[in-house]
Amino acid sequence: MPLLSASRTVDAVMLESRAAGFAKRSIKNEAKLAAIDLAIRCIDLTTLEGRDSPGRVRSLCAKAAYPAPGAPQVAAVCVYPSLVAVAKDALRGTAVLVASVATAFPSGLSSLDVRLRDTEAALSAGADEIDMVIDRGAFLAGDEARVFAEIAAVKSLCGPIHLKAILETGELGSYDATRRASDLALEAGADVIKTSTGKIGTSATLATALVMAEAIRDFAQRTGERRGLKVAGGVRNTKAAIAYLVLLDETLGDPWLAPGLFRIGASALLDDLLLQREKLATGRYGSLDYIARD
Amino acid sequence: MALAYAPSLETTPVHIAPRYDHYIGGRWAPSSGGETFTTIDPASEAELAQVAVGTPEDVDRAVAAAREAYERIWKPMRPADRAKYVYRIARAITERSRELAVLESKDGGKPIKESRDFDVVQAAANFFYYAGWADKLRYAVAGSPDPAPLGVVGSIVPWNFPLLMAAWKIAPAIACGNTVVLKPAETTPLTALLLARICEEAELPPGVVNIVTGDGATGAALVAHAGVDKIAFTGSTEVGKVIGRTLAGSRKRLTLELGGKAANIVFADAPLDQAIEGVVNGIYFNQGHVCCAGSRLLVQESVHDEVVAKLKARIETLRVGDPLDKNTDIGAINSAAQHAKIAELVASGVAEGAVLHQQSCALPERGFFFRASFFTGVSQSHRIAREEIFGPVLSVMTFRTADEAIEKANNTPYGLSAGVWTDKGAKSMYVAQRLQAGVVWCSTFNQFDPSSPFGGYRESGFGREGGLAGLRSYLSV
Repeated sequence: MPLLSASRTVDAVMLESRAAGFAKRSIKNEAKLAAIDLAIRCIDLTTLEGRDSPGRVRSLCAKAAYPAPGAPQVAAVCVYPSLVAVAKDALRGTAVLVASVATAFPSGLSSLDVRLRDTEAALSAGADEIDMVIDRGAFLAGDEARVFAEIAAVKSLCGPIHLKAILETGELGSYDATRRASDLALEAGADVIKTSTGKIGTSATLATALVMAEAIRDFAQRTGERRGLKVAGGVRNTKAAIAYLVLLDETLGDPWLAPGLFRIGASALLDDLLLQREKLATGRYGSLDYIARD
Repeated sequence: MALAYAPSLETTPVHIAPRYDHYIGGRWAPSSGGETFTTIDPASEAELAQVAVGTPEDVDRAVAAAREAYERIWKPMRPADRAKYVYRIARAITERSRELAVLESKDGGKPIKESRDFDVVQAAANFFYYAGWADKLRYAVAGSPDPAPLGVVGSIVPWNFPLLMAAWKIAPAIACGNTVVLKPAETTPLTALLLARICEEAELPPGVVNIVTGDGATGAALVAHAGVDKIAFTGSTEVGKVIGRTLAGSRKRLTLELGGKAANIVFADAPLDQAIEGVVNGIYFNQGHVCCAGSRLLVQESVHDEVVAKLKARIETLRVGDPLDKNTDIGAINSAAQHAKIAELVASGVAEGAVLHQQSCALPERGFFFRASFFTGVSQSHRIAREEIFGPVLSVMTFRTADEAIEKANNTPYGLSAGVWTDKGAKSMYVAQRLQAGVVWCSTFNQFDPSSPFGGYRESGFGREGGLAGLRSYLSV
């Protein structure tokens, strides 16, 4: 690992106060409709369960490509490596990408060799994007060089394929650690840094996302390169999704308000976005019975 | 695509009468001289209402009503019963919180976000806090098992936090058994008058709280009135000095909460992004109309450029405009006179050679608005480094060592508040202990709680408001 200068420290009180401010912005009417469509376009529609089957994945892909009449497509579907081929097949002819978790998701606690082969499998099945997990055990044990080297190794395997590094911030224990892990991942070549696996109790929060967005902003200022942010887990409704868009708008700016640089990993969120979209169009709240669930 | 923030106006209806009288002895009474003045909405410059001008006769009637209520009802009342009234006012403020917030923003120009989430919330909290003390005063002052109220309190409050300052004055005063004659600021009388209405609906005995509206002359009549036992004033140092001279040699007690020119000290090891939040809150909260505003930013030289770059980027995200828009961060400057004062001081900064930075947003065509501004290249001798601007204008200066920061921070006639930003706890304490300021915030800013005392050193005033210390100002021990 190249000598990586110390990361900026983070203070929880004012960080959380700033983060709470994003949720207070009031986005209404046409602005809300535009925000909802943007949020839909930024979704990684995700299914990561032990019981995922080809039929389930095909059904999810259909919804990803045609969420509802008039609604935009989502950015990608996100599945386990063994289901990448099914998803690719189901999405042929659409612009929806297939993202695959890899590197012994969700814990990452396998040998580097196994983790790289996991990644290879996803790539050879046609994955357009890889969502890797960092080794939190190594990070918390202070072995930053190993964390860095593993991210760099996975990136070199990915080549031009977009790599999202999952920091699993809920396990890192502090905002300082989240900032440090963000800096390491960006420096090691991750195209996107991602908050969570969605597999533990604590998922994305506005404050965590703000720490990561600040790391991305500082990286862009230092290198001129724009890297992305993905929030995953816990973003369940429109209000929450819009708060993240506000966070991006006020921290990183316009260029990041696009699926190339921002993603929301979610499953239930899409239904609420579609419901709110319908409400704006008709002036009435519809029933979830009219939203196709998958 | 840009994320648009469509206007999102607070729509809670609020009734504004065409004309307001004084509230004296539980009755609404017009000015004895029949005169009124106009209160306007500073965001539109439109007239909101005509308000009674308080004459010396009006003040005299109010003081007499307060005296009678004090002797006959309030002082003899069981403390636990007094507490019930104070609690009732607190609950009524909470119940009518949105109405109070809208009225505060209309009359004073502050963003609804702040009046809704800060002013009204804190006002209610002060009444709740001091209500709890009403029947426990024997424990309030060590060595004084039977403290007594003072009598009639004359309170004069400013226009920056009209309702909250009225609450700061009235809640401890009446909880301790005093009665009050309050004079709201000339530009922002409406929420105090709504508070009077709330007192009326809470069936507070007539004369316990009296509101006499008017300008400086009305305040002067209240200060000079022989029937007043104590004056509590929040406002400018200039007026505070006049009051001090007026009361010298009299038996009246006095507390003053005056101006400030607080230093916000940012060390190189601070969490800079969070420090920026504190700096922004410190100077742009309430358009900078804050006596404890962090109006001098002392930044360690090695991170000066980084801090300035971050600050420049951050102020671009501040939204200036309609105070009733929920997305507004900076509302209207309170009055044309204050706007002119800010503009004059900013011009002096430019003339003296400092570099002015302002956000680039457009301002509304009508109303008194001012962009979030800061100066770099400021030296201690510049007027913008010494005089209280009371607007959204920050002066950035540098320091090299902790001791130099302390020296510069203390090099002012004021001493109300200060902020310290560092990642090192020991350094934070070292600096905080040496700052001559009534409140020092470490790694945060503008934190308030009714249980926490607030007040100044030197020309920022004397006496404390809030907490136990705040009770002492209203008790004879």
